Amino acid sequence: MACVNPGGELTESARHILAAMREPVPLSQVAERTGLPLYRIRSAMRELSEAGFAAESAAGWETTSSGRSALERVLTRV
Amino acid sequence: METALTHTNHSLPRLGQPAPAFEAETTHGTLRLEDFHGSWLVLFSHPADFTPVCTTEFVAFAELAPELKKRGVELCGLSIDSTFSHIAWVRNIEQNFGVKIPFPVIADLNKEVAALYGMIMPGESKTETSRCLFVIDPNGILRAMIYYPLSTGRNTQEVLRLIDALQSTDKHGIATPANWKPGDKVIVPPPKTTEDAELRMKAGFETKDWYFSRKAV
Repeated sequence: MACVNPGGELTESARHILAAMREPVPLSQVAERTGLPLYRIRSAMRELSEAGFAAESAAGWETTSSGRSALERVLTRV
Repeated sequence: METALTHTNHSLPRLGQPAPAFEAETTHGTLRLEDFHGSWLVLFSHPADFTPVCTTEFVAFAELAPELKKRGVELCGLSIDSTFSHIAWVRNIEQNFGVKIPFPVIADLNKEVAALYGMIMPGESKTETSRCLFVIDPNGILRAMIYYPLSTGRNTQEVLRLIDALQSTDKHGIATPANWKPGDKVIVPPPKTTEDAELRMKAGFETKDWYFSRKAV
């Protein structure tokens, strides 16, 4: 779903997804919170985890500190 | 060496078996078949972007999407066109027909997915996918296939009827008769032993004969 655009910035959907994972949550809850279909969330997690912005633990998926920083950079710019 | 196209000539997916796994570039990013696990999936191919019959089909599938969503079904299109072409076409459809395409479209430029699913019919075209449609269940099992020629647009109401029939079969353990639609009586699977055949006559179903029983669900 292209979570990071060619300029290295988070896409809008990636921002929504990272914002929905401030605490560990199952993917189904991320889908519910963002309104995106589960298949897109699964695809996004591959990209976001590869970029170091999201990580899975026993408790669920969560935005990493790198992900939170990337999110804050975008939000302060907006 | 066997190419994707020659492979297409020999390989068709089989009902009741796991649908061929894939990873593909789409208008919604890189998607794998496994991303749809837990949902029903209607995977369908069209011959080419910016063509009239395909445009009517995309509009019809987009209009059907809310009904499919209610049934837990996702849609995914495919053709041997680039992601850029797909993006331009879906934007064009929205501009000209006022219909937003809500589902991803696979850009199968190397024909990998088309080969896995037997979507290319060389007798019709060696460079385009025919109008193929695959219904894949939440466990990744291929449950139904429909193949239409290049010249004939599909009937999306039939796709919905097919989904309703498959889901009723799974829910109630029944079969559905010709031209069945939701609300109609269904077929009770026939008995397989003489003992059960005898019992079937007294089972309280609407029974024509031991092998032909119907009931409401």
